[in-house]
Amino acid sequence: MLEYFNFRIIWEYMPLFMEGLYHTAWISLVGIIGSLIVGMLACACRISGIKLLAAPAVAFIEVIRSTPLLAQLYFLYFGLPSLGIQVDELTTGIVALSFNSGAYVAEILRAGIKGIPAGQVEAAMGQGFNVYQRFFYVILPQAFANTLPPMLGQAIVLVKDSAVLSLISVMELTRAGQMLNSERFMPSEAFLTVAALYLLVYYVLKGLTKFYQMRMTRFRSA
Amino acid sequence: MWGFYFDQLMNSMPMFYKGMGVTVAISALSLIGGTIIGVITGILRSNEGTFMSRILSLYVDFMRGTPFLVQLFIIFFILPEFGLQMEAFTAAVVSLTIYAGSYICEIVSASIQAVPSGQEEACRSLGHTRNQAMILVVLPQALRMALPALVGQYVLLIKDSSIVSVIGLTDITRAGWLTVQRVPEGIMVFGLVGILYFAVCYPLIQLSNMLEKKFSTGEMKL
Repeated sequence: MLEYFNFRIIWEYMPLFMEGLYHTAWISLVGIIGSLIVGMLACACRISGIKLLAAPAVAFIEVIRSTPLLAQLYFLYFGLPSLGIQVDELTTGIVALSFNSGAYVAEILRAGIKGIPAGQVEAAMGQGFNVYQRFFYVILPQAFANTLPPMLGQAIVLVKDSAVLSLISVMELTRAGQMLNSERFMPSEAFLTVAALYLLVYYVLKGLTKFYQMRMTRFRSA
Repeated sequence: MWGFYFDQLMNSMPMFYKGMGVTVAISALSLIGGTIIGVITGILRSNEGTFMSRILSLYVDFMRGTPFLVQLFIIFFILPEFGLQMEAFTAAVVSLTIYAGSYICEIVSASIQAVPSGQEEACRSLGHTRNQAMILVVLPQALRMALPALVGQYVLLIKDSSIVSVIGLTDITRAGWLTVQRVPEGIMVFGLVGILYFAVCYPLIQLSNMLEKKFSTGEMKL
């Protein structure tokens, strides 16, 4: 296998790969922040108990969860111009990623909130907190602590999902591989390097999850 | 204007039906294959510390750490360099099978480990062999616990199958992509794509929720 493998080409294209990795990293980071905002809003609406807010949130979450990201991406990519909204591919991609991941984040948060004992809310009510204070000062911080491991899992999914953005010609890691493949016709060098770089990101995030879980068990048992 | 495009869209309905057939066929084949691979590797992986389980955790890490798009490119573009030429349909089914297998492997091995060890010990003391204990006692309980997660995984599989449209298979997503070149109403075309995916995935999501409710109560009280 190694005789097929041309390391010189990989080295020559390293700046391209690094640029791709850099773009993937910051697109993912913006996507994660965006999905946290979307997810928090959707989750707050869903559990608010007000039908007028909860119904659209439920519809949004269910629709996103039962359609593929690629279809959502194309929906925005081809759909926004016909509404007269002109944005570049990168913005479209980040918006699609944020909304897609946001629906999953909302569900993760909801599960985390369900795990909080009812006494916490009752105590906050007893202190005279209103509904926003209860949500933002009491429920949300605890929900975040409960949900950090699944959130990091979602972050891993988001990094991988960002590969789909290459299909609307956003420059990122997979796109770098495609460029090398189309310029030199060397799929092994291109895509195995791309896979290795994604694995690098994956192991970093997985390590973070493990580290956090270790600290939490120590913190809780102490 | 919308009426005119709507008529045009209706003209390309046969392509969407065909696309739906392709999506369902690919998903069903790789669902069956992935389940078989996943259950076998899951059983092997549940034995922690063995050589086999270490190899399998590398497999799972590789599949979870890289985007499916990159895996598809690796199978579709790299394997031919080693003399293994596959049609797009075969490549899609093979890569989806291997991909789904890794996730199902995780689900199955986690469920096997969640079955109390007393179950296996009781079997062994009754004179069953290890294989009998696994097949007759541990696995049925584990699969019961795994069922909601498995159905959830099948939904993800159907959604991920949209990515195979990249290598030229006319599934629902590609039918939409081809149509949008002639009918420049992205919202309408990909709305239809979304509805078709929704029709397949939403009942499965509801099934998963139902199973979760059913099996999470009155189960495993020891």
